[in-house]
Amino acid sequence: MGIAVLLKQVPDTTAKISVSGDRVDETAVSKWSMSPYDEYALEAALQLKEAGGGDIVAITCGPIRATKMLTDAAAVGVDNLILIQDEGVTDSTHVQSLLAAAVKRSGSDVVLCGKQAADTNGGSTGPGVSHLIGAACVGMISEVYAEGDGFIALRASPTGNERVEVSRPCLFTFDKGATELRRPNVRGIMMAKKKQIETVTSDDLGVAIGTSSVSLQSHSPPPVKPPGQKFEGADSVPVVVAKLRDEANVI
Amino acid sequence: MDVTIIAETTVDGLHPVTSQLVGAAIAIGGTPTVLCPGGLGTTAAASISGVSKVIGVEGDCFNTFDSGAWATALNPLVSDGVIIAASAPSGREVAAQIAAMRGIPIIQDATGLEAGITVTRGIYSGKAIEISTVTAPCAITLRANAFDAAGGGGSAVVSTVNQSADVAVAVREAIAKASERLDVAEADIIISGGRGMGDPANFSHLNDIADMIGAAVGASRAAVDTWGEIPHGMQVGQTGKTVTPSLYIAVGISGAIQHLAGMRTSKYIVAINKDPDAPIFGVADYGIVATWEAALPALKEELGKL
Ligand SMILES: Cc1cc2nc3c(=O)[nH]c(=O)nc-3n(C[C@H](O)[C@H](O)[C@H](O)COP(=O)(O)OP(=O)(O)OC[C@H]3O[C@@H](n4cnc5c(N)ncnc54)[C@H](O)[C@@H]3O)c2cc1C
Ligand SMILES: Nc1ncnc2c1ncn2[C@@H]1O[C@H](COP(=O)(O)O)[C@@H](O)[C@H]1O
Repeated sequence: MGIAVLLKQVPDTTAKISVSGDRVDETAVSKWSMSPYDEYALEAALQLKEAGGGDIVAITCGPIRATKMLTDAAAVGVDNLILIQDEGVTDSTHVQSLLAAAVKRSGSDVVLCGKQAADTNGGSTGPGVSHLIGAACVGMISEVYAEGDGFIALRASPTGNERVEVSRPCLFTFDKGATELRRPNVRGIMMAKKKQIETVTSDDLGVAIGTSSVSLQSHSPPPVKPPGQKFEGADSVPVVVAKLRDEANVI
Repeated sequence: MDVTIIAETTVDGLHPVTSQLVGAAIAIGGTPTVLCPGGLGTTAAASISGVSKVIGVEGDCFNTFDSGAWATALNPLVSDGVIIAASAPSGREVAAQIAAMRGIPIIQDATGLEAGITVTRGIYSGKAIEISTVTAPCAITLRANAFDAAGGGGSAVVSTVNQSADVAVAVREAIAKASERLDVAEADIIISGGRGMGDPANFSHLNDIADMIGAAVGASRAAVDTWGEIPHGMQVGQTGKTVTPSLYIAVGISGAIQHLAGMRTSKYIVAINKDPDAPIFGVADYGIVATWEAALPALKEELGKL
């Protein structure tokens, strides 16, 4: 069995996002990290491998700086690393085609990714890739293990949670998982330094990137809220409740 | 312009957010057809004003949530214009699959929509706003409570189509929710507790207040991670749920950037924290510098008088 994980490097959740002109200034981002839900996907991939074997390939579509994230993934046990060179591709549909082509080429029959990336906040990539590779999609899971030829995954349902069964080929998108991503040990870090990263282009993957019908107009900082009112002590509770009723009309 | 709305359904009918999808579609000059997966909620959908037709799509595949199967069954009924769905877990996934099937772009979780089509949404967990334009055919999901709902009194024609698809996902075991409490993603008022609550048992005070005002109870990640009794489903923030209620009350929550990412777009925010310098006060409309031990009994008493 081959396991693929789709990992994206995004500004760390603590990083400040600044807008210069009418675009987010990515050069001002102080720290780049693996998108939080992708960490859960990666940990689940490592656990699937430990339980049932199979090689893990980590695939990212992004700029050169994303190689650091791939090396970090190798340090915790990922076997193969693929960087799809992003030629300024921002349309989700195009990213999906590139990732799907790389997954197909790797021959993986189970794919894990995040439910949404911390930059786009989209959530389209997993379901889109699953369609393109002809795999079943189980979204927003928190746990998965292999059983027989397929998998059992835990996901939220309208009435609580449910364990669902699915066979290969399949794709899982991860919500917060049950276990945090493990830390690398020294040996892992040393091995990872020597690991080759296979760099491919859209041409290599045979994907033609067309024009996008989405065009970005502007980025802007979130609207600043007018400063709120602050009160000292629990004696102020009646005042606040009255304001919630009469000023804000919310209760 | 043809707009196909994929209705958001609940276990027994139509989710009220569907009226907001219709309202947004009409505001951009659309003529909406509403598809009801599983044939649920067709009567309610037909009574939303401005809906031109309602199609109940019935098939065995709708008994289990499998976004691939749902999308395959719904896709033949979708027109070439704009597809609109709710930015809820199922709506997002189904819309993304349909978009991939049709090779059209999808924009998720829009908070603004204008004719043209101009779409506004948050990126980087709300740390920036993105405005883009897109032409039909395309798919767009809309955030709940960000759009005005269309009114009632409509009388659209309802038809039923039998359309199923192969299901790849089977439910092995259903695990019921521990409590019947309202979900934070659904609620118009949320009261959340953080590590400052000191002990998970103290969340009973939040539950009491929630019951008085029909609120859901939420939590910070520190509360969820520290106490097993507080399930992840209650977590608000970057790695929890993004919520936009009318009123968000944060109790004993410091206001870390990852928490703010999930709740800063709430219409009104009340913060109760004993530390006057807690960052939560930076986003609060009404801040109360007090311990919860002092403030919550007073809050209970005041709300009781309403
Ligand atoms: C990748 C990543 C993702 C994250 N995602 C999330 C997320 O989704 N949601 C989230 O919430 N956090 C998230 N976090 C964690 C976040 O950084 C904070 O650690 C967390 O929000 C802190 O929770 P808290 O405010 O409850 O706890 P604390 O920071 O410990 O704050 C407790 C507060 O309670 C106050 N207090 C103490 N006693 C009392 C009292 N008796 N009465 C009143 N006030 C009192 C204190 O003054 C303090 O402000 C994430 C972090 C990372 C790195
Ligand atoms: N450029 C990318 N490279 C690798 N994985 C990606 C990329 N974009 C998205 N993904 C994966 O798809 C998930 C959802 O992304 P999105 O649809 O952008 O919210 C992410 O959490 C990643 O697992």
